[in-house]
Amino acid sequence: MRPSRLHIPKHHSRPGEKPDFSYLELSPAGTVARPDINTRVRDMNGLAFELVRVIDEQHRAVGPWNPHLDPSDLQVALRHMVLTRAFDERMQRMQRAGKISFYMRSLGEEAVAVAQGMALRPTDMLFPSYRQQGLYVVRGRPVLDLMCQLLSNTRDMCKGRQLPVMYHWRDGNIFSISGNLTTQFPQAVGWAMAAAIKGTDDIAASWIGEGSSAEADFHHAMLFASVYRAPAILNIVNNQWAISTFQGFAGGEHRTFAARGPGFGMAGLRVDGNDFLAVYAVTQWAAERARQGFGPTLIEHVTYRGAAHSTSDDPARYRPKDDYENWPLGDPIERLKGHLIGLGEWSEERHAELAREMDQRVQASWKEATTYGTLTEPPRLDPRLMFEDVFKEMPEHLKKQAAELRAELAGK
Amino acid sequence: MAQMNMIQALNSAMDIMLGRDHSVVVLGEDVGFFGGVFRVTDGLQRKYGEHRVLDTPIAEGGIVAAAIGMGVNGLRPVAEIQFADYIYPAYDQIVSELARLRYRSAGEFFAPVTIRTPCGGGIRGGQTHSQSPEGVFAHVSGLKVVMPSNPYDAKGLLISAIEDDDPVIFFEPKRIYNGPFDGDPNKPAVPWSTHPKGDVPEGHYTVPIGKCEVVRAGADVTVVTYGTMVHVCEAAARAAGIDAEIVDVRTMVPLDVETLVTSVRKTGRCVIVHEATRFGGYGGELSATIQEECFWHLQAPILRVCGWDTPYPHAFEWEYFPGQARVATALRAVMEAA
Repeated sequence: MRPSRLHIPKHHSRPGEKPDFSYLELSPAGTVARPDINTRVRDMNGLAFELVRVIDEQHRAVGPWNPHLDPSDLQVALRHMVLTRAFDERMQRMQRAGKISFYMRSLGEEAVAVAQGMALRPTDMLFPSYRQQGLYVVRGRPVLDLMCQLLSNTRDMCKGRQLPVMYHWRDGNIFSISGNLTTQFPQAVGWAMAAAIKGTDDIAASWIGEGSSAEADFHHAMLFASVYRAPAILNIVNNQWAISTFQGFAGGEHRTFAARGPGFGMAGLRVDGNDFLAVYAVTQWAAERARQGFGPTLIEHVTYRGAAHSTSDDPARYRPKDDYENWPLGDPIERLKGHLIGLGEWSEERHAELAREMDQRVQASWKEATTYGTLTEPPRLDPRLMFEDVFKEMPEHLKKQAAELRAELAGK
Repeated sequence: MAQMNMIQALNSAMDIMLGRDHSVVVLGEDVGFFGGVFRVTDGLQRKYGEHRVLDTPIAEGGIVAAAIGMGVNGLRPVAEIQFADYIYPAYDQIVSELARLRYRSAGEFFAPVTIRTPCGGGIRGGQTHSQSPEGVFAHVSGLKVVMPSNPYDAKGLLISAIEDDDPVIFFEPKRIYNGPFDGDPNKPAVPWSTHPKGDVPEGHYTVPIGKCEVVRAGADVTVVTYGTMVHVCEAAARAAGIDAEIVDVRTMVPLDVETLVTSVRKTGRCVIVHEATRFGGYGGELSATIQEECFWHLQAPILRVCGWDTPYPHAFEWEYFPGQARVATALRAVMEAA
């Protein structure tokens, strides 16, 4: 008899080692069947273990999941992704320059938010985490407004109360980002339950990282969604990393994250998160299922966090420097670009022009945003705003504290 | 003796305990290979192995629950919750389980768990990286609650916590990880090497849980405080020219009432300062206890200086933080009373 021995998930490669993605199980593009939306969950468990891919190695769209989008829509998608990346890159630099306190890039994951944002209706309610800025781009919130939030300036939608990137947009149907992980996942299910109670055909979608699927709130979301057949799309963005911790520590070593869907009696799908067409197609499928009362879907997006977790960590300490370059599913922008060029609907020249245009838009927006103040430069928000919205009506003890602060600041 | 900042002192405490006691294990998010987001566990996994310094899933409830189970099975777990703001998913496990296990099993079961967690603001962390929730743990029967204000105490108290058979919630004020902070964010950062409590023995020693420390003797007023605010209060009293006796509480539970009472009976005045919100906060407990014991010695009402009763706002961090001005106003007020 051999005594039990604690198993420690194995990292595929560490700094100084050769990147190794042999642990990934990939399906060739076009090979995964597309069931009808009314298929019983028990008859499509396999979707949780395969990988839906549409764009093949020759940049062609192949197989039953091809959403057959118009090239003009694909050009719009490319614009959204290029703008998202240009925005991210500039904001990262501005954080490094000390203009904003914190930032989180979505480098390499742009297709997830952009494709899903485009596949859903504007009336569908979105409960994102902190790496889906592409949803704001798709729904048309000017990057200027996002920048004002990042700067905590006089036009900050959060009135200076939230850490950068914790946006919200009621009129755009995008819920407030908490900063605590996974809390929004079961809330999205509750929103979807309300839609079903009210009898509308709106659905809810929510996003977490694979690391966050470890939180108990994940279980709450899955259970309520499954029990009440809530019209919701629950997305796990498996970007392989939770700060320094590899996806194996979230339970991804022995089984896919999508497989947790069937475990709850829920459809579970695994998709190539860097393939715009595939993400769009599975989202459209899941949305239609939800809208027609066939229940929720768990989607695992297999992608890679190309950047650091945030501006507060250095990935060189925990993964090989060239890990991202060796990621086998490529870059989402490059892949959609290649597909459009293959269709004869795009060119390297037009792409370079688009990148320039988006960069200029970001630069111009930044210039304007800083005229409304920065964290350290005027104009500043009135500190009294700190006491508002704690409650709908300010209670006496907060009025008293606001007066004390006013006296404190006057005495300076 | 060696020069250490708080991060190094805490690391040294765990290093020593992992080395001395094979039942000690360290677990938490990013604590192993990476060494923790604040580097407090840096190098420990390399030295003691993946079975004793464990990276965990992002599941605070799971971390604490697993630590309880390990503790019941003879280990002495030191769990890290990456930010105190993220401790609430574990609140049920802490309050309903960890705190009461000894009581409900009439002493047959216990779990000697230490939960380390960085707290407090002043790092532009917004509402999810700035909270000081010591009050909601001090309110729970069965938990010891600790918050050091310097590297020497941090190491000695953490060793005491790990050796303690009762559960200890160990708050680390992250604003003073790298140096004492007097509340003025515009001044250049000061390292711990400039402070006498940055001298830390390299070996094993303890600072007892349940003992306050008078960090500055004075005659005019007793300032009862802890964590980052110890340094803010020292600077505020100095600037205001008030001869304050400053008491560092260090241990919220169990509270060293005697030291507080002795001081307040001497000075006749008391100001309580903490960074946490005021309403229902730990300062209320301090104030009530001191009033009960010192009523006939008081020459002025006891005042509290705290964070405002709002979430910690990102853009108004320094208007929120109870800085020197707010402390000095209270000091002057109790001096002018009566």
